[in-house]
Amino acid sequence: MANYSTNEFRLGLKVMLDGDPCSIVENEVVKPGKGQAFNRVKLRNLKTGKTWERTFKSGDSVEGADIMDVDLQYLYNDGEFWHFMDQQTFEQQAADANAVGDAAKWLKEEDVCIVTLWNGAPLAVNAPNFVELEIIETDPGLKGDTANGGSKPATLTTGAVVRVPLFVNQGDVIKVDTRTGEYVSRA
Amino acid sequence: MTWQPSAPIPHLTARAKLNRLIRDFFARRDVMEVETPLLCSSTATDPHLQSWTAEADGRTYYLQTSPEFCMKRLLAAGCGPIYQIGKAFRREEHSRWHNPEFTMLEWYRPDWQLNELIAEVEALVLNAASAFGQNWSPFPRLTYQQAFEDTLGLNPHQASAATLLQLANHRINGDFSGLDRDGLLDLLTSHLVEPELPKSGVFLTEFPASKASLAQTGSAADGTPVALRTELYLGGLEIANGYQELVDAAEQSLRFKADIQTRQTLQLAPVPYPSHLVSALQHGFPESAGVALGLDRLLMVLLNCEQIQDILGFPIDRA
Repeated sequence: MANYSTNEFRLGLKVMLDGDPCSIVENEVVKPGKGQAFNRVKLRNLKTGKTWERTFKSGDSVEGADIMDVDLQYLYNDGEFWHFMDQQTFEQQAADANAVGDAAKWLKEEDVCIVTLWNGAPLAVNAPNFVELEIIETDPGLKGDTANGGSKPATLTTGAVVRVPLFVNQGDVIKVDTRTGEYVSRA
Repeated sequence: MTWQPSAPIPHLTARAKLNRLIRDFFARRDVMEVETPLLCSSTATDPHLQSWTAEADGRTYYLQTSPEFCMKRLLAAGCGPIYQIGKAFRREEHSRWHNPEFTMLEWYRPDWQLNELIAEVEALVLNAASAFGQNWSPFPRLTYQQAFEDTLGLNPHQASAATLLQLANHRINGDFSGLDRDGLLDLLTSHLVEPELPKSGVFLTEFPASKASLAQTGSAADGTPVALRTELYLGGLEIANGYQELVDAAEQSLRFKADIQTRQTLQLAPVPYPSHLVSALQHGFPESAGVALGLDRLLMVLLNCEQIQDILGFPIDRA
């Protein structure tokens, strides 16, 4: 990968820091009228999701990180790896639990996810913003109940548990916002 | 729509008002307005400043990083007190506080001491503030040493490079092993000291002698050698930089040669030796105080703007 000098820093640039791939989220130039200039940079570690602050001497350079976001279709889980496929090339990728993280509980076969690849291998998996999943277990609905009112827990096919309105039943397919983990509607 | 100016028209009106106010201020004080060339045969030698160049007829001209050299040549020719409102150019990144082309107010007071000039800078800024409906109080004076002692508990003139590096590594995330003592002081200043300076304005004085640039060196009350230099900070921003001007041609020549040597070592763009200025100093240069004030930044503070793009019609990415 190419090296990037501080004057090439921009938001979203992917660089290596302490052996981990990072994305620049903030870059502030500190330049006195007389004297040494610095870049105060905030970077998100793409492996851990944590944000780091780092100061570089202007003119310093850092190694670029080979990071690519691709749309991949989720195929199946073999107990250890989650397998994905590029729908154009049919090339397959296996992601481990670290890469899949919290997305695991929203992954439904054939859904398309954004997978971040680092040096060609999955680093992070983002579930689609909305998924439609079937309820496999919840308390029976109450007669005469309307959309307003209480809620109850429901377990989905993926194992995720979300709160749903009382009128929703086992066997229903519901739409969930994966960013908040909240019920949206019946599908 | 990038054909449009980035600053709202009222901010451009405010700039026109500020310029008028400055011209009135100096007219009342009998300071003459001058114009000096932006394209010159020499430029600042400071390794931290990079100049834009323009080529014509086989010659290289430098867009001035400040009008200092030519204004000093006028002083040596006996022009008396002078000021200039003009553009300055620095080849650097643009940020919310920087544009490579910016407006500088620079003025010189022959036969003045730096503390007299500090009072005049204060008068000008407070005058501008009241014209913009801001009720600002006079700015305290704080020595560089006091600012370091207050925020970091160390003496910047005496602390060793190793102590400064240790503190930097402890407080700031990064690799600073390549910085020299001056670089470490700059790092600590920008990251830890400046954020603690009073936002309502302060004159920082008595810089380390190694940071004299084109200022004279002298002694603090306790005999510590210091640069006779001041910086005005407003709202945490560096607004103005003033000097008791170096008048010693031999000393000036040595500093230029040292800079040129450093530039070579650091493989920076070479710049010519500013022989015109050295000749002017040799001819005889009045004991003077001079200051450069960033008008864009002053306007930002007067208008409570967060970024320089808010007060520039066409910053570099729209120019």
